[in-house]
Amino acid sequence: MESFKPYTARYAVLPVENIDTDQIIPARFLKTTSKVGLGEILFSDWRYNDDGTPNPTFVVNKPEYQGVEVLVAGNNFGCGSSREHAPWALQGFGFKAVLSTYFADIFRNNSLKNGLLPIIISEETYQKLVSADAEAAGEVEIAVDLATQTVTLPDGEKVHFPIEPFAKYCVLNGVDQLGFLVSADDDLTTYESAHAARVNTAGLV
Amino acid sequence: MTTAPQTLFEKIWNRHIVRPETSETPAVLYVDLHLVHEVTSPQAFTELRERGLKVRRPSQTVATMDHSTPTTPRGRDGIIPVPDVQAQAQLTQLETNCRDFGIPLFALGTENQGIVHVIGPEQGLTQPGMTIVCGDSHTSTHGAFGALAFGIGTSEVGHVLATQCLLQSRPKTMEVRINGTLRPGVGAKDIILAIIAQIGIGGGTGYVFEYTGSAIRGLSMEERMTVCNMSIEGGARAGLIAPDQVTFEYIKGRPRAPQGAAWDAAIADWQTLVTDHGAVYDATIELDADVLAPMITYGTNPGMGIPITGTIPTRNDMTDEQSKAGLEKALKYMDLSEGQSLIGKAVDVVFIGSCTNSRITDLRQAASLMVGRTVNPKVRVMVVPGSAQVKKQAEAEGLDKIFVAAGAEWREAGCSMCIAMNGDQLKPGQYAVSTSNRNFEGRQGKGGRTFLASPLTAAATAISGVISDPRDIR
Ligand code: SF4
Repeated sequence: MESFKPYTARYAVLPVENIDTDQIIPARFLKTTSKVGLGEILFSDWRYNDDGTPNPTFVVNKPEYQGVEVLVAGNNFGCGSSREHAPWALQGFGFKAVLSTYFADIFRNNSLKNGLLPIIISEETYQKLVSADAEAAGEVEIAVDLATQTVTLPDGEKVHFPIEPFAKYCVLNGVDQLGFLVSADDDLTTYESAHAARVNTAGLV
Repeated sequence: MTTAPQTLFEKIWNRHIVRPETSETPAVLYVDLHLVHEVTSPQAFTELRERGLKVRRPSQTVATMDHSTPTTPRGRDGIIPVPDVQAQAQLTQLETNCRDFGIPLFALGTENQGIVHVIGPEQGLTQPGMTIVCGDSHTSTHGAFGALAFGIGTSEVGHVLATQCLLQSRPKTMEVRINGTLRPGVGAKDIILAIIAQIGIGGGTGYVFEYTGSAIRGLSMEERMTVCNMSIEGGARAGLIAPDQVTFEYIKGRPRAPQGAAWDAAIADWQTLVTDHGAVYDATIELDADVLAPMITYGTNPGMGIPITGTIPTRNDMTDEQSKAGLEKALKYMDLSEGQSLIGKAVDVVFIGSCTNSRITDLRQAASLMVGRTVNPKVRVMVVPGSAQVKKQAEAEGLDKIFVAAGAEWREAGCSMCIAMNGDQLKPGQYAVSTSNRNFEGRQGKGGRTFLASPLTAAATAISGVISDPRDIR
């Protein structure tokens, strides 16, 4: 995972609440064994017509939104299935952050593990971003800085967003969490010697 | 020394702390049992290979094939053919991964294969007080045994494979108290659909539910699993039910249940796994089972549910603009109207299956209505058992004959049309009453429209061909 650098980016708005991970990437695409190419099928059922051609009315297909790097979405983004393919697809498309008033737990966790920032914003900030976009579709920019946990809105206002210290540390420094767990090995060995395994699956089949 | 009263969740959580949470880092939590399936694991095994890591505890891990597997009949050779090349490649990859890393695998066509959340309990692997994870959000199912069980992403699957641990911040607790007694024709699925309709699909985010109350105590283990299964549809990653005699009887004698003296010791321990008198939950909600009717969803998320005797809400019932827009979008997709009643609405497909409702008691319920009747010839009715063992049991009881005689399809075990990865799917525009757990746009096939309901409601609908209240079938 790469370390985080502050950036300024244009954004697209998907003003739909409860966007579930089946919409972000439909299940029929989960037969892959890699993470490659998922950006192509992000929001597939909304983004493409039945014949496979791009749906011109879907936001990221519009010319003015080409190259956007931030997604602003309605409340409770990422609910449903735990598929990590959802953040992989968003990143594969080129998104670096998703802004919403609320994120589902597992999606939020999965995103942070991949360095895709799920940024929680207030309803007021959400409305501001929607209005700014309505006035100048695809042209307005926001700036994201993780070190100070701030998003600078198109009008220059800075808003603070919450993130757990550990996740922040990992994303900022490009540290992956598996390394941290592996380093807890002493404690783990102590734990395992004090607690007998609760099950044994060996020989079950 | 007296300890402060604890909730069931706190007791399980505390037992599994390898390294406590600090202001800087989450807790390192030990995982007793890790369940693996073909869809969410390949990239995790790749990660292990790239880093030269082993699976730390293969004997606390078990894998199955369920999501992309066909449920079509076996060939003459007894083998279930997999026509989808990509699905076959994914299954082969799981086989390779399990062989290379020493993980037991219930492969397609073998006698214990099935949906991951059906086989854990079936094998006696799921036990009270354990921590159980799987790269699958419906891992909450196992909470029915008083185990802390939740879904994780693929990165975390890698963490658990390599270290048998997870980094976790402690969630909050919510008591979900179901008072009273269920009326005939109303079941576990109706309880959970009613809860989600009440709190909304984000209502439980950040919480672990503990289901309590007389109506929960009255449920069988299978029914408790149905309730806990859909905790995630309410936003909660886990749902718990304190173990009791019903739990112990279910586990006793199963392949990996404790035996002899170990059994007695286990029972003594499991009996302590209750929320202490005076322990405090972060939130509590209540529901009255006495007034509950069969529930059905009308929209495109599981929170959009109504009593089957009710009507679809109107824009005016919604308090904010986002919800109004959400209702409109859902009804457009479903081609339904505000204020409409669903009873009498014609459907194309009835699906009875999924980790929510594919266990033996679910099949018995569906069969109880279908026996001696035929399904409406306009409706395709699929009955998909949750595991090869459930299938065997159902056949021993003659349920398969009831379904087939009624005109339904009796399939091999798997996730099937719950997720529509294996070819079992709705055609665009088709309506289905489904006993599964998600009615998202396209979940059961691109353009397909799903009404979530109980096995009884599904069976009643199969018979009449239109959405029907099971209490009206005589
Ligand atoms: S039956 Fe459906 S919800 Fe359950 S594990 Fe399979 S795909 Fe997931």
